[in-house]
Amino acid sequence: MRPTSARFLNVLVPVKRCVDYAVKIRVNPDQKGIDLNVKHSMNPFDEIAVEEAVRLREKLKDAVKSIKVLTVGPPKAAETLRTALAMGADSGIHIELPETAPAPEPLSIAKLIKASIEKQSEPVDLVIMGKQAIDDDAGQTGQMLAGLLGWSQATFASKVEVDEANKLAHVTREIDGGLEEVKCKLPLVVTTDLRLNEPRYASLPNIMKAKKKPIEKFKPSDLGVDVTPILETIKISEPQKRVGGTKVGSVDELVAKLKAAGITAV
Amino acid sequence: MYHRVAAFRGLLFTRRALAPSTRLFSSSRPTFLNSLDTLSDDEEMFRDSVRRFAKDVVAPKVREMDENEMMDPTIIKGLFEQGLMGIEIPSELGGAESSFTSAVLTIEELAKIDPSVSVMCDVHNTLVNTVVRKYGTKEQREKYLPLLAQSKRSELLVVQLGSFCLSEAASGSDAFALQTRAKKEGNNWIINGSKMWITNSYEADIFLIFANIDPSKGYKGITCFLATRDMGIQISKKEEKLGIRASSTCTLNFDDLKVPEENVIGGEGKGYKIAIEILNEATSSGRIGIAAQMVGLAQGAFDKAVPYTYQRHQFGQPVGTFQGMAFSIAQAATDLEAARLLTYNAARRRDEGKSFTKEAAMAKYYASVVAQKVSGQAIEWAGGVGFTRETGIEKFWRDSKIGAIYEGTSNIQLQTIAKFIQKEYS
Repeated sequence: MRPTSARFLNVLVPVKRCVDYAVKIRVNPDQKGIDLNVKHSMNPFDEIAVEEAVRLREKLKDAVKSIKVLTVGPPKAAETLRTALAMGADSGIHIELPETAPAPEPLSIAKLIKASIEKQSEPVDLVIMGKQAIDDDAGQTGQMLAGLLGWSQATFASKVEVDEANKLAHVTREIDGGLEEVKCKLPLVVTTDLRLNEPRYASLPNIMKAKKKPIEKFKPSDLGVDVTPILETIKISEPQKRVGGTKVGSVDELVAKLKAAGITAV
Repeated sequence: MYHRVAAFRGLLFTRRALAPSTRLFSSSRPTFLNSLDTLSDDEEMFRDSVRRFAKDVVAPKVREMDENEMMDPTIIKGLFEQGLMGIEIPSELGGAESSFTSAVLTIEELAKIDPSVSVMCDVHNTLVNTVVRKYGTKEQREKYLPLLAQSKRSELLVVQLGSFCLSEAASGSDAFALQTRAKKEGNNWIINGSKMWITNSYEADIFLIFANIDPSKGYKGITCFLATRDMGIQISKKEEKLGIRASSTCTLNFDDLKVPEENVIGGEGKGYKIAIEILNEATSSGRIGIAAQMVGLAQGAFDKAVPYTYQRHQFGQPVGTFQGMAFSIAQAATDLEAARLLTYNAARRRDEGKSFTKEAAMAKYYASVVAQKVSGQAIEWAGGVGFTRETGIEKFWRDSKIGAIYEGTSNIQLQTIAKFIQKEYS
């Protein structure tokens, strides 16, 4: 007889392929987009998410039944899945968009992830994902997903401890005032913050093993989701160039200038 | 905000854009009619992984290791954990079962950051692992290859670095003139003699020792023995070198060293064949490995100096945009590209099972010349700053000198190439 689902966790880690963090971003002449003909790699926060899932398995061993990684994107996004597989995930789901399709929005992604979860033969207990992607910095998908699913959510996680026997998780969140500890019931959406862990490098043997791991392919229409954007980008421009400052002669002058600029009321 | 991300990831140079048409989706290595610098998906993924590892884990320690002339043990451990020490070893024995080209990419990427770390990885993979793989019996392979590959991420990981012991005080290029002797006593061989200029020896645990069991047979008495440090190998004088200072180069002494007979690799009297093949001919990955190291070294120096020339302004413009400088940089880039392609082509030929001895010799010879030239120029491009040890540019120049000397001097390489040409043309 199969043990109750409380004893075996199915973990899903959505990952995004973004422009690599080290690339110098150039705005296109039409000011509607940026030059995308550059190096891409996995969103760093998503790497942290994959690492957390793998560490969870190293800690809980057989209690973690599966680690699936999911991505929405053009055919090239399969590379990102393979990197995640090389880090230790078991299998991948690639929701393929055409090469020329516009970038999907957080709400569409959340709907696609929800539909994928519902399509799984076994229930998903834990979704770990990056708190935001470094290309759009939206920071919405995790929260929207939890809302759509009606699940608990613990965002900006800097520590995650899963008590699989009691279907609970203790998460430490980074908030403006400091740290907040929350106790959440599974199923749960966790979004990762920078200090959660330091991701491993994919070792060569694991990269070779990842070749044999399965990747399922879907189209958004297979999942019944419309990914047409509802937002229109009006303009993208570079930040204003920094202008030189001025030197002041005394503290009084400094205070006067700060007052004039409206920075201090005193 | 991304400082920590920057700390654990990195690119060393600004990447040129990859047009979609150059992407390969097959997971096996490229087949026909591809450009020399085409890599399979695996090879690219792997190269990126090594590049990140080199930038994050190795780079911060480079200066310290050079000043102290000591390899950091965490780097040795890191190389093993990443699976970089068993690149061609079959997966059932713990290796990555990958192509020789993957090994070449690894050596190149490591050399961009530190040629000392690169040569440690190179000797272990292309000399020690290859000998055990190609010439070992089933029992020897099953016993030693897992130790040499060792890639599990574990606190208990005990790394077994390999060392290739051929050269002696009186025999370098004339390798077969070696004087170390081995005498059979019961079920053991007793080895007496000494070796010199042995890379990795300070840290190594597994030593391939070439000794003559029957001097009356001349070189046909040379035999390869696999010994472990605990058998009683004496590591003496560690050389103080001009370059690749973190890579240990020691003198070894064998005083009645007892090695069991089952540790003879490839059969009695076959050592000369192993030596010549591993260094010069059929299996000669060693040369291509060094070529890769030199290419990476040149690229590393180039990547440090050139961005600086666009930041440093004199007479109202970046110094790198003065035509004289720009031409010098362009020539260096061209030589580098040529050396790289020679190296990649030799590696591919080896992977494809084609003859590659001449190409390997050409690659090693040319890459060592280019490394010297480009690293020297890099110092000049950076001016006074290039001359200080702080920026690490001068280190590449010091490291490059060995390229023309070890694993076959430039004259030996030219002799190999000349022999091929004479055979072809006369």
